[in-house]
Amino acid sequence: MIIEGFVALYIFMLAAFTGYEVISRVPVILHTPLMSGSNFVHGIVVVGAMVALGEAQTVPQQIVGFVAVILAAGNAVGGYVVTERMLEMFKSKDDQKKGAR
Amino acid sequence: MNTIVQLSYFLAAVLFILGLKGMSSPRTARKGIVWAGAGMVVATIATFFHPEIHGFGNYVLIVIAIAVAGGLAWYSGKKVPMTDMPQMVALYNGMGGGAAAAIAAVELFRALGRVGLDTQAQAQQLADQAGITLKAAEAAVSAEGGVTTSLGSAIGGDVAILGLLGALIGTVAFSGSLVAWAKLDGRLKRNSLVPGQQVVNIVVFAAAVIFGIWSFYTGSALVLLIFFLLGLLFGVLMAVPIGGADMPVVISLFNALTGLAVAFEGYVLGNPAMIIAGTVVGSAGSLLTQLMAKAMNRPLSNVLFSGFGTGASTSEEGPEGEMKEVQAEDAGIMMAYANQVIIVPGYGMAVAQAQHKIWELVELLQDRDVTVKFAIHPVAGRMPGHMNVLLAEAGVPYDMIYDMEEINAEFERTDVAVVIGANDVVNPAAKTDESSPIYGMPILNVDEAENVIVIKRGRGTGFSGVENKLFYADNCSMVFGDGQKVAGALVQTVKTL
Repeated sequence: MIIEGFVALYIFMLAAFTGYEVISRVPVILHTPLMSGSNFVHGIVVVGAMVALGEAQTVPQQIVGFVAVILAAGNAVGGYVVTERMLEMFKSKDDQKKGAR
Repeated sequence: MNTIVQLSYFLAAVLFILGLKGMSSPRTARKGIVWAGAGMVVATIATFFHPEIHGFGNYVLIVIAIAVAGGLAWYSGKKVPMTDMPQMVALYNGMGGGAAAAIAAVELFRALGRVGLDTQAQAQQLADQAGITLKAAEAAVSAEGGVTTSLGSAIGGDVAILGLLGALIGTVAFSGSLVAWAKLDGRLKRNSLVPGQQVVNIVVFAAAVIFGIWSFYTGSALVLLIFFLLGLLFGVLMAVPIGGADMPVVISLFNALTGLAVAFEGYVLGNPAMIIAGTVVGSAGSLLTQLMAKAMNRPLSNVLFSGFGTGASTSEEGPEGEMKEVQAEDAGIMMAYANQVIIVPGYGMAVAQAQHKIWELVELLQDRDVTVKFAIHPVAGRMPGHMNVLLAEAGVPYDMIYDMEEINAEFERTDVAVVIGANDVVNPAAKTDESSPIYGMPILNVDEAENVIVIKRGRGTGFSGVENKLFYADNCSMVFGDGQKVAGALVQTVKTL
C-alpha cells in the first residue's frame, strides 16, 4: 500500500489531534503509567523493523534489520509488562478507595 | 493477503487509540493497556504475512529476534523492583528510538545503492528487491526520473526528508534515553561532559542538520554515516546535563520524540499503523511532557537548557550551623505526643522498602488520636505518581494522601513533619537562594513545621547534588539509618508508650 503525500499529511494531522484530545484530562497520578503506556504503543515500530529485516538483501542490511527487530521487540514487550505492573497497583488503590468509603 | 494485513493494521490503530483513552482515567486504565496489547499482537502476527518480507532466512531471523528480545524484556520487566520502574521506561523507550533509527538506516543505505546507476541497472536492482518483473521495474524507475544522482532522487524527496528526520529524532531519542537510564540507575553521575556545553550542543546539532541536508543532495554513504553518528552524539550531549527532579520530564520528551520517529519511518515504509500510533504518541507525549513540567512549575525550556547543577555549585557557600542528630526513640516520643504529624516520603523510603513499616507506625499514631497526613510532592520519587503507587501498595488509604497545593498551608499548624528519604523536594534553598540550581522549584514547606524529623541513610546530598539547609535548621533533628530499620524502631517506641 502506498500512502500518497497529502493523504499522509491528513493522517498526521488527525492523529496528532487525536493524541492530544485523548489524554487532555489525565490526573497527575496517572502521568507515569500513561507515559509508560504510550512508550508501549510506539513499540509498533516492531512491524516496521520486521519489514526492514524481511526486505534485507545483503548481510549488513540483515544485521541492522536484526538489531532493529531486537530493539523494537524489547520496546513492545518490556513496555507492556512494566505498564501492566504499574496499573495493577492502581487497581488495588481503586478498590481500596471504594472499600474505605 | 495484503488486504488482511492492512485491515489488521487498521484494527491495531483503533485499539491503540482506545487503549490510550482508557489509560487516561484511573477506572479504565487496566482495560486500556490490555486493548493496546491486543492491538500490538494483531499487528505483529499480521506482519508475518506482509508481502515485502522475503526469504526463509529472514523469517528465521525475525522469529529469533522477537523471541530473544521479547523473552529478555519480559523477564527484566517482571523482575525489576517498583522503585526502578522509571529507568526501565527510559530503557525501553531508547530501544524504540533505536529501532526507528535502524529502520531508517536500512532504508536509506539501501536507497544509496541505487544512486549513480543508469536506468537499466536500477530497474534490475529494483526488480530483484521488490520481486516484480523487469518491465514493471523499468517503468517505475523512469517514472521516478531515470538516472539518480542523490538520495533525494533515489527514493523521492518526501520519503528521503521524512526518513532523514526520523533517523535524526530516533538516534537522539536512542542515545538520550540510554543516558537517562544510566543516570537514574546510578551508573552515570556527571552533569556535564565538556566546558561550554550549551555552545557545543548547538554546534553538534547544527552539524547534524547540515550533514542531513548534505546527504539528501549526495549519494555518499560516508556523509550519511556521519549524520547518524552526529545524531547519537547530540542525544548524549542533550541528556547529560539534565539531572535531579527534571529527569522524568526529559524521559517523557524522549518518549514523544520516539513516537515521531516511528511515525516518520512509518511513512518511509508506507505503514499506516506506524504513522498513526507514532503520531498519536508524539502528540500525547508532548502534551504529557508539558503537563509534567507544569506540575513542577518549571518551564520546559528551563528543564532543557538551564544546565541543571552546573556553575551554581561553585558559588554556593556551605550552610551554617550543625546537623542535630537524635535517636529513633526520641523521634518516636516526639511523634506520639504530637497533635498533627505530616509524613513526607521520598525516593529513599522506596529504596529502603520502608512504606509498610511507616504505615504500621501511622496506624499506631492514629490509635493515640494523632492526626497523620501524607504529603506528596509532584515529583517525589523519580516520577510523578511514584509515591502514590508505593503507598497504595502498603495499604495507605487514598484520603490520607495530599498533594503539595492541598497541604502546604498546613505545615505551620503541624507539630512534627517527618521527612523520610526525601531531600530536594523539601530544600528551602528553592525558595530563598537564587544561586541554587533548584531555585524556583516549588517545595513542601516542611521548614514551617514546629519540629522536623529527617530520616536519612547518610549525610550525603540529594539526587541533584545540592546541600540542604533544612538539615542545619534549629527545629530539625536528624535520624540516620536505614529507613526500614528506623521505622521499625519508631514502631517499637510508640508501642511501649
